[in-house]
Amino acid sequence: MATQVVMPQLGESVVEGKVSRWLKKEGDAVKQYEPILEVETDKVTTEVTAAAGGSLLKILVAEGLVVKAGTPLAVIGEAGEAVPAGAGLVPAQTGHAVAAPQMEAVGVGPGGTSGARISPVVAKIAAEHDIDVSQIRGTGEGGRVTKKDILAYVETKSHRKEELPPWEQPGTGDLFKPTEEVGAPVPVAPIAPASRPTLHALPSTALPGDELMPLSSIRRSIAEHMVKSKTVSPHVTTIFEVDMSRVFAHREANKAAFERDGARLTFTPYFVAASVAALKAYPQVNSSFTDEGLLIHKHINVGVAVSLGDEGLIVPIVKGAEGLSLLGLARAVNDLAERARKKELKPDDVVGSTFTITNHGISGSLFATPIINQPNVGILGVGAIQKRAVVINDAIAIRPMVYIGLTFDHRVLDGASGDWFVAKIKETLENW
Amino acid sequence: MAEMTLIDAIRQAMDEELARDKRVFIVGEDVGPRGGVFRATMGLHAKYGGDRIVDSPLAELSIIAIGIGAALDGLHPICEIQFADFIHPAFNQIVNEAAKLYYRSGGTWNVPMTIRAPYGGGISGGLYHSQSLEALFAHVPGLKIVIPSNPHDAKGLLKSAIREPNPVLFFEPKKGYRLIKGDVPDGEYTVPIGPAQVTREGTDLSVFAYGMMHWYCLQAADEVAQEGISVEVVDLRTILPVDTKTILESVKKTSKALIVHEDTLTMGYGAEVAAVIAGEAFEYLDGPVVRLGGPDVPAVPFSHSLQDWFMPNPKKIADAIRKLARY
Repeated sequence: MATQVVMPQLGESVVEGKVSRWLKKEGDAVKQYEPILEVETDKVTTEVTAAAGGSLLKILVAEGLVVKAGTPLAVIGEAGEAVPAGAGLVPAQTGHAVAAPQMEAVGVGPGGTSGARISPVVAKIAAEHDIDVSQIRGTGEGGRVTKKDILAYVETKSHRKEELPPWEQPGTGDLFKPTEEVGAPVPVAPIAPASRPTLHALPSTALPGDELMPLSSIRRSIAEHMVKSKTVSPHVTTIFEVDMSRVFAHREANKAAFERDGARLTFTPYFVAASVAALKAYPQVNSSFTDEGLLIHKHINVGVAVSLGDEGLIVPIVKGAEGLSLLGLARAVNDLAERARKKELKPDDVVGSTFTITNHGISGSLFATPIINQPNVGILGVGAIQKRAVVINDAIAIRPMVYIGLTFDHRVLDGASGDWFVAKIKETLENW
Repeated sequence: MAEMTLIDAIRQAMDEELARDKRVFIVGEDVGPRGGVFRATMGLHAKYGGDRIVDSPLAELSIIAIGIGAALDGLHPICEIQFADFIHPAFNQIVNEAAKLYYRSGGTWNVPMTIRAPYGGGISGGLYHSQSLEALFAHVPGLKIVIPSNPHDAKGLLKSAIREPNPVLFFEPKKGYRLIKGDVPDGEYTVPIGPAQVTREGTDLSVFAYGMMHWYCLQAADEVAQEGISVEVVDLRTILPVDTKTILESVKKTSKALIVHEDTLTMGYGAEVAAVIAGEAFEYLDGPVVRLGGPDVPAVPFSHSLQDWFMPNPKKIADAIRKLARY
């Protein structure tokens, strides 16, 4: 009895997914619940497991195609069993091919993903025949393109180059539109314009010897969101200075207790908690701007930006932050940051934020003017906490100080209301 | 053409050389009337007499020292070390004297000496009767090291060794003495010291081995051939000097290399082969250069189960081949 493997609904608001990599080949034996392929959104990669054990009879969707949730991806059955009629290959038109996976392009520097490992002999043959290795389907360990694969490719195809190099193909940032954009139950005004900003093609300013570094999908996604956000809402930033003495004292007093409860207590949960307090006080900051009106969100979902080093940045979300204690927030932040770095986030972890915090102080920055994470109204930037000489009651004291900056959508908040919001955060932190 | 065992081929080589050249003589423990513990010199004492088949004291240093002295005086000694494990007392004689004399004397003095030494485990010999020592000596310029894997080569290579004007260490895989049989041509022939030999052609990966392990590698190659993996097996035969040409030709063809030896892995002979490949065939590689060797423990254990754990065998080799082929 053959079983179909279908594209899962990867999250509440995720309607399609890209088959990024098959972990099994047709004819391979698979165990129930064994991962058989990887599916990718523009932010996370996740594995799809076999619904039943047996043999992977047929792969219906090739790597690189994006298909709707529910689309059959493969058929599993007894070895040798006929594939049921109707289980046809998904033609390329149904799924839309995405730009060739840039991460797997030749020579993207050392330490690339496992799929990008190119052996010396493959690199040599590719150079001799002017072949883009990312075009070849690898049969080696972890999908590696082997010498056999590239020789077969050379033989079967008179290696025509793709008409458009990856960097000239349009971006595919709508791969994973949230449902509110796709189904549009609430039209979110100019956020999804028909003409999405496209990235420039190969710059005409290239100088001899310049090298084009292809965009990873995460970098492309970031670029699009940044441009889009700046286009959609007028940004204004206001900066406050906060005395962190009480937070310091509280953290020192409670670190060990939190440790016992399995949570590493950093400063981030305090900023999340203070933001939650301010968002409760000023619900219009916890909203999204639409032409019909301000969509006030019921829950407070705080996105916390996590840097992935050179690869980029991701914003996993503490959902329902209004219902969490400091301990609960610490646990949630620890968990999300750890999974973000391990690339184990689930699609739902990165969709649905109502407010965002970015801790740019980690890299030493004192204050910054971050770009709003759409469709939020505000983003809080937290600078480096430093001991500074401050004047208190006409005396000079040494206090741990931090600059916090709120970038807000000036359509929603005026200068004063933006300041009230940040003042509430300051007040909460200073009176901890 | 006659089928014979490895030990028979070795005996025949010595017999023919003793008959051919009066300068050739054998010295070692129990090599005389007893015919050696492995019967390598069986019957030779009766045929050539006590002056040419000389029983020595249980003193390996003196066996080699006698060989060096006799060689300098114009003879062609074959020194038998009963087990390679016992060669250590003679290390100074071999490394400091035999290997260096020709160089040190500006080509005036040479040592045409052959040292035969049975090596290797898998014979339940325990710590002092199972060692593989080729890597210790392969680091010594001035020596030649030969390890045959079959009767044909054993006879031809031993005859070449006996005729060599400089010292040759001839390690014999003792587990294969009676296990490995093969055709040996009638009449005079030699196999040159130096060249390795492709003993099985293949396209997916190259396996480099010598002695007993070469024998096992052929079996492993047969096993994985049924799974569609085409293995090229190269019998290195001469460990020193290294036949880099044959090694590189094979790797350039298959793009993957596995080196197998019974000796412990770290600083073993496989490291040198891997370095040759990495250094001179880098652009041809389609996978990591892999070594399979004995675990890094001080000796081959006596206990049967632990000895099995130590020894590479066709199954372990086949597994390593599969893994590398999959890469």
